[in-house]
Amino acid sequence: MRELSLHILDALENSVEAGATRIELLIEEDLQNDILKITIKDNGRGMSEEVVKKALDPFFTTRTTRHVGLGLPLFAAAAQQCNGELRIQSQPGIGTTLEVTFQHSHIDRAPLGDMATTLLAVLMSERPVDIYYKHSIDGRTFELDTAEVRQELGTVPLSHPLVREWLEKTLREGLAALRQPEQ
Amino acid sequence: MPKLKTLEDLKKLREEAQQDLKVRLETGTKITVGMGTCGIAAGARETMHAILEELKKRNIEAHVTTVGCIGMCVKEPLVDIEQAGKPRITYGNVKPDMVPRLIEEHLIKGNVVEEWVVGRLPTSQ
Repeated sequence: MRELSLHILDALENSVEAGATRIELLIEEDLQNDILKITIKDNGRGMSEEVVKKALDPFFTTRTTRHVGLGLPLFAAAAQQCNGELRIQSQPGIGTTLEVTFQHSHIDRAPLGDMATTLLAVLMSERPVDIYYKHSIDGRTFELDTAEVRQELGTVPLSHPLVREWLEKTLREGLAALRQPEQ
Repeated sequence: MPKLKTLEDLKKLREEAQQDLKVRLETGTKITVGMGTCGIAAGARETMHAILEELKKRNIEAHVTTVGCIGMCVKEPLVDIEQAGKPRITYGNVKPDMVPRLIEEHLIKGNVVEEWVVGRLPTSQ
């Protein structure tokens, strides 16, 4: 995939498929130690130890619509080619946590890309899900919790066009400010 | 995020949104974009974004959602359009540059774009 945000979207969709109602997405860019770390923690149905072992096998999937499951293997391969790794911790009934690391400056590391549209795509899923997104670059932080947004909105859904536009704008502006703190 | 300011924004937004919410819920157009690994790799996120932009530009009411893989991976990005009283149409290999014509023909003029159709389901009851 051309952007890390596409791998992230894919992993977030896994959480949604696993019935998660809340997902924590942490992106930490530690430039001093040259590490990019992505953590995705959900409260979905989780996986048994056996399934976790098979999750990185491209010929394993729990889906019945097709016989291959490339999402996690591709994400893991992207990390490995950048001196990083993908780790999965999961407990049935509790949830799953993915931790993916990259050498930040590695020449093969894909750019993070369009995080705003990635988050919108997940929030527009048929199954309602809340995302807590925290992105930090060298200690500066941007955060957004859609549960708080939902609470403010009352009966108005996140998928409402006005809300969608607000979310996109908030994310784009917030992330741009995070990258260019002097402005 | 300057929290107080954005929360203030949301209060205003809520009032604005609530007024037209009822109208929106009663309009019967639903657009579904496949967002499995196959869809994402084929560019479904960009297709979805193009749909949102086009709907906004033309001020069209429609409910846009994303779903996982339905098994027709080779035809991704897949876009389903469902309108009350009409068959549900699935379009395949929908790239962002095809979206304006799709919206214009299907939603505005009411014509199915036959050459892009990969499936159709009869009207749901």
